Amino acid sequence: MLATRVIMEQGIHVEGINFFTGFCVEGHTHAIRKKDRSKPKRNNALWVAEQLGIKLHIVDVIEPYKNIVINPKHGYGANLNPCLDCKSFMVSKAYEWSKQHGFDFIITGEVMGQRPMSQRKHTMPVVQKESGAGDLLVRPLCAKKLPPTLPEREGWLDREKLYDFSGRGRKPQMALAEKFGFKEYAQPAGGCCFLTDASYSKKLADLWQTRGSREYELDDIMLLKVGRHLRPRPNFKLIISREEGETHFLEGYRKSFTHMRTLSHGGPLALVDGQTSNDDLLLAAQLLARYSQGREADHVDVAIHHYGGNVEQVSVTPLNLHEIPEDWYI
Amino acid sequence: MSEHHLDARNILCPLPVIRTQNAVQELQKGDRLTVVCTDPGALNDIPTWSRINGHKVLDLKNENNLVTITIEVEGLES
Repeated sequence: MLATRVIMEQGIHVEGINFFTGFCVEGHTHAIRKKDRSKPKRNNALWVAEQLGIKLHIVDVIEPYKNIVINPKHGYGANLNPCLDCKSFMVSKAYEWSKQHGFDFIITGEVMGQRPMSQRKHTMPVVQKESGAGDLLVRPLCAKKLPPTLPEREGWLDREKLYDFSGRGRKPQMALAEKFGFKEYAQPAGGCCFLTDASYSKKLADLWQTRGSREYELDDIMLLKVGRHLRPRPNFKLIISREEGETHFLEGYRKSFTHMRTLSHGGPLALVDGQTSNDDLLLAAQLLARYSQGREADHVDVAIHHYGGNVEQVSVTPLNLHEIPEDWYI
Repeated sequence: MSEHHLDARNILCPLPVIRTQNAVQELQKGDRLTVVCTDPGALNDIPTWSRINGHKVLDLKNENNLVTITIEVEGLES
């Protein structure tokens, strides 16, 4: 937002690009859960574009991004976050787009030293080189800390009106925001990618391990964002909704999985992922019963909707909490 | 002017916006596109996307967990 405005102040036409990888954390990806419904249900990139009065192009990069997540040349951060590869990838895509649409250069809001992997002094040139953007990549907020780029050398941009921000502190950015009259802005300091989340990364690692290959489809990674995931046996896992919003969301996937609902008591919806025996399904039903309103009952009736359409009704004793080992929770 | 429909149910933001954006790129000025979504976020996002790209929102409904938005293609994509 700041970098864009800095460039617009120089009379330059700017348009935004936002990439959708499938791992993005957005206000209303979470808003399917009740606890998050008080947060605004808006896409921050669109909101920012409207505040700035610029066009925004949202680009689906789900397929090409897979290789970044699966084979990051520079490795992962604390979790399965391939930040440096990701940054180079996005800058390369932005550069490609800018050439196709007749733009002269690209800008990012990076600040040297602000992020531990992709925005360090020695990694910023890596992004410039590996993205192919070279010195057509301008970082207006820390440009004065970097060698002049082509737009600065050619005088398309006045370098003196760019900034020299660095480090993890955000006071200079906040002061600049105030100068521009920005009263509200998207929450800074990351948290915009599920791959930086330890719990999510654990679920993705489990998915790869049990499938025997480091691959995924969009539905796989969307489902990792929702529900309680338990793997009681290596051959299957259960995804159990935690509230009505998640139940509603998982219902969209029920035809692709064997799924279960409690009949005698109110309760969640569970999807069963994996190849299961009858015994596995009975255990799954007991687990589901544990998370239903019949958790203290002697028996809970559960409908098992087999993949393909057959429906079977079973009566099970809910598992006690102490019968659910901690390592079943993914 | 022609009428078009887009089913964007059971997908989460920003996919309904991306599908809308891609559909609009294939349309002509004056064409109308009706998008049906289940993600309540579309209530804000598709109108915002339409405004910043110069398209007109003609109708917006949120009934029975279904968001239905009709837009008229106005602006030209860059």
